[in-house]
Amino acid sequence: MVTTENPDTSGAPSLKALWYGPLVGLVVPVLAVVAALAVGAVLLLALGASPLTGYAALIDGAVGDWNAVADTAIKSMPMLLVGVGICIAFRTGVINIGGEGQIILGAIFATLVALAVPDLPSVFLIPLVLLAGAVGGAIWGAIPGALKAYAGVSEILSTIMMNIVAAQILSFLLQDLLIEEGAIKIQQTRRLSHNADLPLLPGGTRLHLGFLVALLVAVIAYLLIYKTSLGFRLRAVGHSPDASRYAGMQVKRSVVQALALSGACAGVAGAVMVFGSISHRLIGEGGATAFTQGAGFNGIVVALFGGLHPLYTVPASFLFGGMLIGGIELQRELQVPAALIVALNGVVVVFVVSSLRLKTKLQRWSEDAVLRRGRK
Amino acid sequence: MLEMRGITKRFPGVVANEGVDFTVRSGRVHTLLGENGAGKSTLMKILFGLYRPDEGSVHLEGTEVEIRSPADAISRGIGMIHQHFMLVPTLTVAENVALGLGGAWGSSDLRPIRQRLVEVSERYGLEVDPDAFIWQLAVGERQRVEILKALFRNARILVLDEPTAVLTPPEVTDLFTTLRQLRDDGRGLVFISHKLHEVMEISDEITVLRDGRIVGNTVPESSSRESLAQMMVGRPVLFTRTVQHHDPGEDRLVVRDLVVQGDRGNLAVDKVSLSVRAGEILGVAGVSGNGQRELAEAIFGLRPVESGGIDIDGVPAGSLAPKAVRSKGMAYVPEERMRDGVIGEFTVAENLVLVDHGSPPYTRWGFLRFGAIKRQCTKLVQRYSVKTPMLETLTRSLSGGNIQKVVIAREFSCGAEVLVVSQPTRGIDVGAAEYVHEQLLGQRAAGAAILLISEDLDEVLQMSDRVAVIFRGQIMDQLPRSEATAMRVGRLMMGLKAE
Amino acid sequence: MSEFFTTTAIVATLASGIRLSAPFLIAALGESVGQRAGVLNLGVEGVMLIGAYAAYNTALETGNVLAAVFVAILMGVLMGAIYAFITVVMHAQQGISGIGIYLFGLGITDLLFQKQVGTPKPIDGLQSTSVPLLGDIPTVGEIFFRHNALVYVAYLLIPVVWFVVNRTTFGLNIRAVGETPEAADTLGVSVTWTRVSAILIGNGLAALAGAALALEIGIFQYNLTAGQGFIAIALVYFGAWRPSGIMAGALLFGIVSSTVLQWKTLGIVSGSASSFTAMAPAVLTILVLVVVSRRIGQPSALTKPFDRSD
Repeated sequence: MVTTENPDTSGAPSLKALWYGPLVGLVVPVLAVVAALAVGAVLLLALGASPLTGYAALIDGAVGDWNAVADTAIKSMPMLLVGVGICIAFRTGVINIGGEGQIILGAIFATLVALAVPDLPSVFLIPLVLLAGAVGGAIWGAIPGALKAYAGVSEILSTIMMNIVAAQILSFLLQDLLIEEGAIKIQQTRRLSHNADLPLLPGGTRLHLGFLVALLVAVIAYLLIYKTSLGFRLRAVGHSPDASRYAGMQVKRSVVQALALSGACAGVAGAVMVFGSISHRLIGEGGATAFTQGAGFNGIVVALFGGLHPLYTVPASFLFGGMLIGGIELQRELQVPAALIVALNGVVVVFVVSSLRLKTKLQRWSEDAVLRRGRK
Repeated sequence: MLEMRGITKRFPGVVANEGVDFTVRSGRVHTLLGENGAGKSTLMKILFGLYRPDEGSVHLEGTEVEIRSPADAISRGIGMIHQHFMLVPTLTVAENVALGLGGAWGSSDLRPIRQRLVEVSERYGLEVDPDAFIWQLAVGERQRVEILKALFRNARILVLDEPTAVLTPPEVTDLFTTLRQLRDDGRGLVFISHKLHEVMEISDEITVLRDGRIVGNTVPESSSRESLAQMMVGRPVLFTRTVQHHDPGEDRLVVRDLVVQGDRGNLAVDKVSLSVRAGEILGVAGVSGNGQRELAEAIFGLRPVESGGIDIDGVPAGSLAPKAVRSKGMAYVPEERMRDGVIGEFTVAENLVLVDHGSPPYTRWGFLRFGAIKRQCTKLVQRYSVKTPMLETLTRSLSGGNIQKVVIAREFSCGAEVLVVSQPTRGIDVGAAEYVHEQLLGQRAAGAAILLISEDLDEVLQMSDRVAVIFRGQIMDQLPRSEATAMRVGRLMMGLKAE
Repeated sequence: MSEFFTTTAIVATLASGIRLSAPFLIAALGESVGQRAGVLNLGVEGVMLIGAYAAYNTALETGNVLAAVFVAILMGVLMGAIYAFITVVMHAQQGISGIGIYLFGLGITDLLFQKQVGTPKPIDGLQSTSVPLLGDIPTVGEIFFRHNALVYVAYLLIPVVWFVVNRTTFGLNIRAVGETPEAADTLGVSVTWTRVSAILIGNGLAALAGAALALEIGIFQYNLTAGQGFIAIALVYFGAWRPSGIMAGALLFGIVSSTVLQWKTLGIVSGSASSFTAMAPAVLTILVLVVVSRRIGQPSALTKPFDRSD
């Protein structure tokens, strides 16, 4: 149309649009969370509790003191790792809902390694268990990847099923093979090798090495997606499998790679959750979600929140981690069942996902507004 | 009977229509002529309630109306035959016609519809089996269903958006017969096209649009193809291009008895044998959906070969993946450029290195080297005169012609000596089309073997050294340029062999 | 193993297989209506839980089973309205918003259960009614005709859904909207309302499926559905979007589930091995998806939001 025939004028203003975009990208999801919290307030009122006291407790629990901040960081760690993996998968056009299962397999693999070579010095054992976690998660991601690429199975469904299978594998292992020998039958392993404990970071809080690992993974994922030829291929496949195929790329392989990488990130989260925990055990008591704490699902939200950009996912995971940690305080303060947090979690997911289109619309609108102004 | 006054429609950064006046009269065919992007489709989408105008008004039988939705347009007697058929492939003809007719909860008894369908189709010579599924029908038949749909809703005004783009010359003749009959019934017809000889043949009056504005109102009697073309493009246009003759070299691409399946497991390519020599353009003419796409995809390794062989420079290449085919010196300009040729959400630079991004100098140690990429892309953008604000501009925001230039720049610059080029000028403006043709001839002169697949018969006849005609997956005949006349090729395109 | 291959055990297994297939069937039929209109609803599991809790709580309070079913469907339709708003109006990514609905359902039902009921109290659920005459046929009667009302409802829904989708104008609209929404739109069929209605039906049925589950067992507990809603979605693929195919899949899963239960009762499997039988439906689903992955019959516009201006 008219612009495209003399588009040379639109070059400069669109640079300005680059400033508006992230601003809208930040404001809209935050508004979505606020809206979700408003729904939460209604729920609280319905339960006969004061939302104001509740949310004050929430903020206090999330960032009240350094220990609270450290707890928030610990809580956000697995979500960040899963979220970074989700960024890789979504950029490749694959929807990975299998984070839960991939965390579990990562945890199992890491645990097995720690049980097999407990006496290895920490310098070797810690990287080794993290690597084992990555491998476990990668396998659990590669399976639905291969099923999608070579058998046409929808990854949405297969990853959900893989979650169920992983939960049962965990339950099976902890009922029998890996269970701690002792009087009471609790579904957990014995305390794993001290050499595999993730060392605490200085500062006197519970914050441990896993935090740095998660940040490092986010940076690596950023470089991978935007700076390597592998990432170029993954993004190409994500935007247009057809054009990628015509350009000579192996689309099927990219799909498997993306889900394997995505699973690897979640697998590292699993390892971090075992060796960074207070108990230093793999615990299956209370079901699989008790172990993963829903990080496999929340990682998706965190990633979407961060605009599917690994680096923006870092603050997004913090916001989310803070909300969940603060939620515990809220629940303690108001004496409401913990299930409230799960329900609220769902509401937040819905609101964040719903706001995405609004976000893109507003972003385009602001770009257009800038374009129009530049024209006049 | 219908009048559009002072219609202005703006899109972000674009004025698609500016102060357009347009009138449809009962018993007349009013042609809307213009290049792609001139604003024809926008105007008609406003008429059909798909867009709202920013300024201006629509008057029907003298009273101002506001058309809010397609349903609104239909109820006011406006019917539209979309360029991309609006049919549900998994439903039958009768079901497609019935769609939207009944209330929400009634049982859908198709018997009366089927009966009326037979009546209407007999009256206007629009024969079609009411119980056939749309996906089973040929393109011409689908178009008949579209027209039937409109007639079923008592359309008094019928808008046909590029209806001849997908038809063979004899089918066009049939369509025109139907259109004249509809006109003589007292309906008002809007015919949208950029094919000048058709416009001259069918129109009662002609309105020419350029850059969203009306640049002329005329009648066929007082205009010529040349005058219309000049109005449409804004400068004189050459109709004939003299392609210099030169002797082609050896066979580069040889296809022997190729059999390929279509998407639905049908026989799409049926024992096709072709050969293209160095410095030669072999044109493949045919109506859309006769196996052209499957043929091109099979040659490029995008679709499995059932039987038969493909040789590149005498080396079998029938079972290679696209990457391997490319490494043998072949390049491909796909027909669906937005879907298969470029990634709209990628930048111009990223699309220019879509094929080569992984090899040096663009990648080292697995990391992209943005400096090298930028240098190469700057060169390509200049060399192929791609009009883009920046290399970092998203490709989807370019015009069709410039997007095609991006594809051409990438595919023609990689040193390939065998080129498969599908529908290279479909939907792009005249200037860009001329440019693409020049580039093709340049490659030919440089010794490339080019397989040009096109549904645009004029293009095939103009560009090719030899013409092969494909019909239902078979090559009907191959003619040297001197023997390939429009009528002869047109008959072959319909599957009529004997003259 | 030999104790399983007795007539009594096998008849009991088949009968309970049919019984267990009912929730699968109802939820999958509902999901298929939504998918035919182009909307994937991954929230079935959550809506089933909500339906189950609504039915359980109403039955507990009033003792009226009919009221329980009614309230369940009402809550399902309400959830459907929310989901429709999210996906059809806001164009949210369908896969992920479904997970949100699932988490919400999982949390809210547990929350309400703990708050309103606290300790598990059994309710008088649905009683089996023997179909006159047919129920008296030996073996056959035992397997097919001595179930509770909702099992019969589930199987009656098969022809009903088929008729609505294939023989009514509404069904024609659904099929058109799920395949080529642009075409439906240009003919004045409202894509939005067709999809919204299909979602309401799908969610209403999902809630009914939950009610069937709760009223059959007579209790409610955290995560009562245990993945059945997700399997119901897979059944739609398994059945290639046809009610008859969905029935076959539901029966298959019902009988697998009842066999697993029977084995547990008979002590054929125990302890940690029961983890394997518990993952059987999930593994079976994946295998089934591999086999039927040709995607024949998948609505072309599935998961694609419709926007006229795009």
